[in-house]
Amino acid sequence: MSGFDDSLLNEADETVRVRFVVNGRKVACEVAPRDTLVDCLRDKLELTGTHAGCEMGACGACLVQLDGRAVHSCLIFAVQADGGRIDTIEGLSESGLLADLQAEFHRRNALQCGFCTPGMLINAHELLSQTAQPSREDIRDALSGNYCRCTGYEAIVDAIDAVAKAHGENGGAT
Amino acid sequence: MDLGETAVKAKAFSYFRAATIDQALDAHARAGDDARFIAGGQSLVPALSLRLQAPRLLIDITHIGELRGVRREGDALRIGALTRHCEMLSEPLIAEFAPLLHAAAPFVAHPAIRNRGTFGGSVALADPASEFPAMTLALDAEIEIAGLSGRRRVKADDFFIDLFETALEPGELITAVYVPLFRADQRFAFDELARRRGDYALVGCGMLATCTGERIDDIRISFFSVGNTPTRVKGVEATLIGARLDAERIAAAQGALEGDLAPPEGDEVPPSMRLHLARVLLGRLLGRLGEGA
Repeated sequence: MSGFDDSLLNEADETVRVRFVVNGRKVACEVAPRDTLVDCLRDKLELTGTHAGCEMGACGACLVQLDGRAVHSCLIFAVQADGGRIDTIEGLSESGLLADLQAEFHRRNALQCGFCTPGMLINAHELLSQTAQPSREDIRDALSGNYCRCTGYEAIVDAIDAVAKAHGENGGAT
Repeated sequence: MDLGETAVKAKAFSYFRAATIDQALDAHARAGDDARFIAGGQSLVPALSLRLQAPRLLIDITHIGELRGVRREGDALRIGALTRHCEMLSEPLIAEFAPLLHAAAPFVAHPAIRNRGTFGGSVALADPASEFPAMTLALDAEIEIAGLSGRRRVKADDFFIDLFETALEPGELITAVYVPLFRADQRFAFDELARRRGDYALVGCGMLATCTGERIDDIRISFFSVGNTPTRVKGVEATLIGARLDAERIAAAQGALEGDLAPPEGDEVPPSMRLHLARVLLGRLLGRLGEGA
């Protein structure tokens, strides 16, 4: 009954075919088992909006949505996500909430070099999708796993706070 | 791509997605135990990327239905090993019947890590700085383990052996954790001290007390980030049983802590500071417990 085939043990460097729905489009590509999702997105699918920073889950630059939840794409091998729905910054920027966050980040100078911004936006999107009226403390807590070495965070918190309040006044629906 | 010696990339491995527990156990054995089970992977993937570990085979257990779900079984709550940290916050059965775990969950890492990391994985790793392994001790939980020779249950008190060492034998995996249902005559408290939210705690503590009115009939107190394993402080517990939580009694409990904890030398936090912080935290939590919080 075992689905395990011993020959698999000698095929560590051979690629396998994986399929995802990325930003609403079905895609398939060949990956080695050790290829992380962030490397797959950037190198194979040429979606370079997702950034590889620390590659150990500390900095938050590589956040994407997997099946609707924010995850570190450096902490998942692409084979693990086989069959999943992945949304990256490129796909999400067409949605209302994320476009609003981008506009507010821009308006308030909540980015300088921009390396951390895609991860910040994915995380802010998840926070506002789950919590209609987060406090500033809630926002800081949600961003505790996202490093920014330029801004000092204040403008980022301001931008997310402003979008949360604007959406709250419009009935909170996103 | 050329991977230099400093590359943050895993060594090559084979990948197998198991559909059942038996398949997963069988695959592990056939790889000569040179294999690792992967669920959330939030600690394992960095370990692989840094090449601290380099197994031949990675066995993905996240598609095994039997490892999922939270449900009541008799007087216990069965928490499937694949229950994610974020579900510890969102699952109503956890909030009602294991409120200590619900209270600890927001302190576990960051939101995106909580979306992937699993309860069983956290307990299996037994990181001495982690919240959930320590809380299984406070809750008197039982850990259900599957291996080729069958299933067994191990009390949390007997599970944590040494630094990252547990009662798990090579090739075994955790299937579920059983937690006695929280009762109306019980109280709990949890908190930790960290330099920044989401960082590993300098010291953390959770406790569960059974009371008659204001008198403590039984109490289990567990610390983390204080040594090689999550640690119950039995000497402190003994000072509290049969007592009411007044200032004098809390001070006596704090005084007993030194006999129970021996934080290691050679750390960035000196043992005396860690012990001091543990005393402060113990006092605060017993204070809250006394107020019925």
